[in-house]
Amino acid sequence: MTRLTVSAEEVPEQWKGLGGRGLTSTIVAQEVKPTCHPLGKYNKLIFAPGLLSATPCANSGRLSAGAKSPLTGGIKECNAGGTAAQNFARMGIKALIIEGLPPKDVFYSLHVDKNGVSIQEETELVGKGNYEVVKTLVEKLGKKIGIISIGPVGEMRLAAANISVRTRDDYIRSLGRGGLGAVMGSKRIKYITIDDTDSPGVPIVDPEKFKAAGKIWAKALVEHPVSGQALKNYGTDVLVNILNEAGGLPTKNFRYGQFEGHEKISGETVNATIASRAGKISHGCHAGCVMQCSQVYNDKDKQYLTSGFEYETIWAFGADSCIDDLDMIAQADYIMDDIGIDSIETGVVIAVAMEAGIIPFGDAPGMLRLVKEIGSGTPLGRLLGCGAAAVGQAYGLTRVPVVKGQAIPAYDPRSVKGIGITYATTPMGADHTAGYTIATNILKVGGFVDPLKKDGQVELSRNLQISTAFIDSMGLCIFVAFPVLDNPAAFTAMIDMLNAKDGVSMTGDDALSLGKQILKTEHEFNLAAGFTNKDDRLPDFFEEPVPPHNAVWDFTDEEIDTFWNF
Amino acid sequence: MKVKLFASFRDGRFIEKEWDYVEGSTVSRILEELNINKKDVGVLLVNSRHAETDYKLEKGDTLSIFPVIGGG
Repeated sequence: MTRLTVSAEEVPEQWKGLGGRGLTSTIVAQEVKPTCHPLGKYNKLIFAPGLLSATPCANSGRLSAGAKSPLTGGIKECNAGGTAAQNFARMGIKALIIEGLPPKDVFYSLHVDKNGVSIQEETELVGKGNYEVVKTLVEKLGKKIGIISIGPVGEMRLAAANISVRTRDDYIRSLGRGGLGAVMGSKRIKYITIDDTDSPGVPIVDPEKFKAAGKIWAKALVEHPVSGQALKNYGTDVLVNILNEAGGLPTKNFRYGQFEGHEKISGETVNATIASRAGKISHGCHAGCVMQCSQVYNDKDKQYLTSGFEYETIWAFGADSCIDDLDMIAQADYIMDDIGIDSIETGVVIAVAMEAGIIPFGDAPGMLRLVKEIGSGTPLGRLLGCGAAAVGQAYGLTRVPVVKGQAIPAYDPRSVKGIGITYATTPMGADHTAGYTIATNILKVGGFVDPLKKDGQVELSRNLQISTAFIDSMGLCIFVAFPVLDNPAAFTAMIDMLNAKDGVSMTGDDALSLGKQILKTEHEFNLAAGFTNKDDRLPDFFEEPVPPHNAVWDFTDEEIDTFWNF
Repeated sequence: MKVKLFASFRDGRFIEKEWDYVEGSTVSRILEELNINKKDVGVLLVNSRHAETDYKLEKGDTLSIFPVIGGG
C-alpha cells in the first residue's frame, strides 16, 4: 500500500504444499518483523484460501487471514466462511498479501478480478457498517460478488476489530479474533471486492480418485451425529446446557460454573424461538457445507435480527454478563457484526465493564448502550473496543480473564482442564478453537478425558492443536473434527482428496508433521516477538475455586511447559 | 432423585422431573424407563460429573441425559 502498486508472483516452491493457516503463518513468520508495531508499515495482512477450497470437497470453503495481532502482539490466524475463499481459489489466487502503509490518510478499496488487482480511493462507504457495505456493493456489482470488509471499529484501528466476509445470501461471517480488522484499517483498506467471473477453477490431477474420496468424506460428515444432525438442529448454542450441567459455564465474570438463567439462553430456546418466528434453524455459511450449523434469528415481529448467532457470543453476553434476554443479546450480535468487532472479546469486555462498575451485572439495556458506543468512537467506546485487558487495566482490576491479552472464551479452565492448557499454550492467545478439548473433555468425542483431572490434558490439547493446525490449512471448517476424531476413514479421505488434487502422496503422518511445523513456526515467531514461557499462563485468579465442583487451576508452570515437548 | 433431559431427548418427554429413587438402580435402568436407546446417548452426567450407563445411582442424585451434540 506504500506505493499503491500490485504485483503478481509465482508461488515459491517451498510454499506450494501450504494453504490457509499454514500459508499465512509461514508468510508472517518469514516476512513480518516480529517486533514491529502491528499497525505500522512492517506488518502484513495475508488472506489465503485453504488447500481444498473451491474443490467439490464438502465444507472446504474457509478463508484464512493472518498477521501480527494488535491485540496479543503475537502471531494471529483467523478463518471464516462466506464466499471469499472459494472466489480466490477458483481464480488460482493462493494468497493476497497486503503490505506497507498508504502515504495519505485516506481509505482505499481493492478490486480483484481476472485482470488482476486494482486499488482505488474510497469515500462513499467510509464510516459505514458492514451490512450497508455489503448491500451497496451487491447492488453495484451483482449477487455473485465476494466481499471482505471492515466496519467503523476497524477504521478506528481498535484492537478487537474484526474483518467481515460476505456469504452468498448477504449475511456476514467474521474473521473474528485478535484485531485483524485493525490491521486492515491501518492499511486504510475499507473493503475488497472479488469477481471470479471466467475463473479457471481448481485443477484436480486425479478427478476419479478425488470423487471417490469426496464421497467417503461427505458420508462421514453426514453420518456422524454431531456434524450430521446436532449442529443442524440446534446450532452451537446447544452447548449452554451441557456446560452448565457440567459446571463449566463461566458465570458473572468467571465466578461460578453455572448460570441460573441458562435455560433462557440455551440452544433449545434459540431453536424454539427461531421456529416460532419463522426464522431459519439451519443455514450453511458457504456452498458445499453439509453441517449447516448457523441460523437466521428473527425478532418477535418476524423481522431479521441476526444470523450466525453462536454459543460463544450468547455465553459472553448471557452467563458471563448475567443477562438472560436472548433478544437483547441478538441485537448486540447484529450491532457487532455491523460495526465490525469480535463478539467473544466484546462479551467479555461487557462482563469486565460490569466488574468495573460501569454498568451493573445483568443490565441488558446498559450493555446495548455500551456496544453501540464502541462504534461511535467516544473515548469510552475506544477503550471498550480495545478489549478486556485494556478495560481491566483502565479500572485497576485483577479479575480479567485473558491470556496473551486475548479474552478467554466460554469454558471455565478450572472445571474443563484440557481447554485451560489450550488457552495457555496456543500461540493465538486464549482461543478455544485452536485445540478444542471440549470435544473429548465434555462431549466424549474422540474418547473421554475427565475434565476435572489434570491427567492426559496436555497430551489431549497438543494432539488437537497439531491436527487443528493442519485442518486450518485445508480450508476445512473446524467442525469436521467431530467426525474426524471418531472415524479414521474421514481423516484418510481428507488426505486422499489432497493427494488426488495435487498428485502427491501425503500420509497421515505427513499431515501431523505439517501441523507440528505450523505450530512451531507460530511459537518461534512469538518468541522472537518477545514472548516467553511466562506468557503461557492463566491469570492468578483462577487459583480460586469455582462452584459447583470448587475446581481450581492447579497446573504447575513446569507441567504447562511440557506442552512444547514435540 | 431428579432426571433432566436435553435437546432432542425432550421431544415427547419432559425437561426435568422428580424421579422415584429405587435402591440399586443404575443409569441404564432409567434410560430403559425413559425409552431412550443407549446408542443415542451422548453424555451422561450425575451430579455434574460424567458417568457411564452402569453407574449405580444414590438417593438425591441428579441425572442429566444428553443426546450426541457438539459445537464450538
